Amino acid sequence: MTIVAESIILPERRSTAGRLSDFFWRHPHVLLAILLGPPLLWLGLVYLGSLFALLLQSFFSIDEFSGLINYEFTLATYRQLLTDANLDIILRTVTMAALVTLVSAVIAFPIAYYAARYARGKWKALFYLAVMLPLWSSYLVKVYAWKLILAKEGILTWFFEKLNLLWLLDAWLALPLVGGNSLSVSYTGTFIVFVYVWMPFMILPIQAALERVPQNLIEASSDLGGTPAQTFRYVLFPLALPGIVAGSIFTFSLTLGDYIIPQIVGSSRLFIGQAVYAQQGTAGNIPLAAAFTVVPIVIMGAYLWMAKRMGAFDAL
Amino acid sequence: MRSEKANRAPLGLKIAAAVGLAFMHLPILLIFLYAFTTEEKSYQFPPPGLTTQWFAVAWDRPDVWAALTLSVKVAAIATAAALVLGTLCAAAVSQTRFFGRETVSLLVILPIALPGIITGIALRSAFSMADIPFSFWTIVLGHATFCIVVVYNNAVARFRRISGSLIEASMDLGADGFQTFRYVILPNIGTALLAGGMLAFALSFDEVIVTTFTAGQQSTLPIWMLEELIRPRQRPVTNVVAMVVVIVTFLPILGAYYLTRDGDQIAGAGK
Repeated sequence: MTIVAESIILPERRSTAGRLSDFFWRHPHVLLAILLGPPLLWLGLVYLGSLFALLLQSFFSIDEFSGLINYEFTLATYRQLLTDANLDIILRTVTMAALVTLVSAVIAFPIAYYAARYARGKWKALFYLAVMLPLWSSYLVKVYAWKLILAKEGILTWFFEKLNLLWLLDAWLALPLVGGNSLSVSYTGTFIVFVYVWMPFMILPIQAALERVPQNLIEASSDLGGTPAQTFRYVLFPLALPGIVAGSIFTFSLTLGDYIIPQIVGSSRLFIGQAVYAQQGTAGNIPLAAAFTVVPIVIMGAYLWMAKRMGAFDAL
Repeated sequence: MRSEKANRAPLGLKIAAAVGLAFMHLPILLIFLYAFTTEEKSYQFPPPGLTTQWFAVAWDRPDVWAALTLSVKVAAIATAAALVLGTLCAAAVSQTRFFGRETVSLLVILPIALPGIITGIALRSAFSMADIPFSFWTIVLGHATFCIVVVYNNAVARFRRISGSLIEASMDLGADGFQTFRYVILPNIGTALLAGGMLAFALSFDEVIVTTFTAGQQSTLPIWMLEELIRPRQRPVTNVVAMVVVIVTFLPILGAYYLTRDGDQIAGAGK
């Protein structure tokens, strides 16, 4: 009796595909394993595997005489990492990343604010595309464009000359630290290019956070006598902050690991990325290169933990 | 009713937004101007004259063509791999509940959240430990790893919008799992996959940091450009190539935008 009832409710399918899909329906775990298997194998085994292998190498050391890797557990490489010269590189990179993040937020905020609060319909779509196209366009082409702009004979010098402000540019370049022979070999140049390349990543998270602020909160603030400045300071900014922090994850992390921009536009002093590149390439010191990569991982780990506590992940 | 005045942006905000957008766009436009300059030895501005001869010169360069072909091949295969893996992962995460779901989505994002140099050097040292020689396939492997997230993001957003009752209705009407996938799910996620694939293609086509670690002697178009940037030899050809790269990457982004613009989720949010 039960068999008959079951075969009426759940008739056996004839085709192989039908039987297979019935089997999956009865055993959802098998289906899940088939769905998740390939991507997990790829990311878990290939990607995480090589990441762990790299971190493991930072606990090996290099034999100074033969240049071969000594496969014994040691902290010597980390001792080597914490020398003054290397700490200098780390400090320089983190300072640059923090400054780039700060300035990116200042430039991105008005764009995001306008797009979130005032742009409507066609304009909104246009704004979105105007942010997406530079964000996605080629990284190297963007760097190349700035090489053209910052060159001594380039458009920026020409522009300053036309405005009779060449003395200002020269005075800036004469400054210690931020100056140099020309903008394309100074920290100022490196900084501008970093801001240009990573700033677009800041706009969309801020815009998303601002769009979630209810209009009546702002009206309430002005009804209660808040000036626009006060409304911004006490209502809008605190609510947009998670978006800014979410965007800063990108600008900070991307600046931290970059080694191409400071190599093409900048002075000869190294950033973390360049140090990693030099250690694994010309110096052949994989353990030290691996130890160097631990620095951005630790910094980003702490940063992400802080961002999570501020609720930044909801704004992503 | 809000008054008309309250809806108008303050002048200061308008100016700040306009200046910001100009800062984002003018440098790219400059690339177009430089592709036509007659100046060969420097980046002189304003250009002493305009010419189209460099397009012909660039067209006849076998090394540019070789780099371009390699880039397109790598991007095509990496995109195909990312499409399969990203869709599988998105289907599992959005359609089922299981222990460790959050970890899976973190794992997918990791290759792009960590600086590219870490992914690059990790893969490189893994290849050398496993005695895998650098080849076309090592480049593809690196690219597919970080392309998965783009497909995944687009697919997950779309999966969330497919109502479960559609799938149940299909099952109730007697379709098996494969038919439901073919006739109900696929038409619904198709454009999202296409958009994700286009963005993955653009991402791979442009990638340079991971590629410097996973490529041997071969050079993709970005590697070719990087060499020109470090040691400029043929500036006019580089200018033309840069302009072509801008156009080639704009098309898939525009395409992806039009395919997903009605969606509630932003196609490329978080590169």
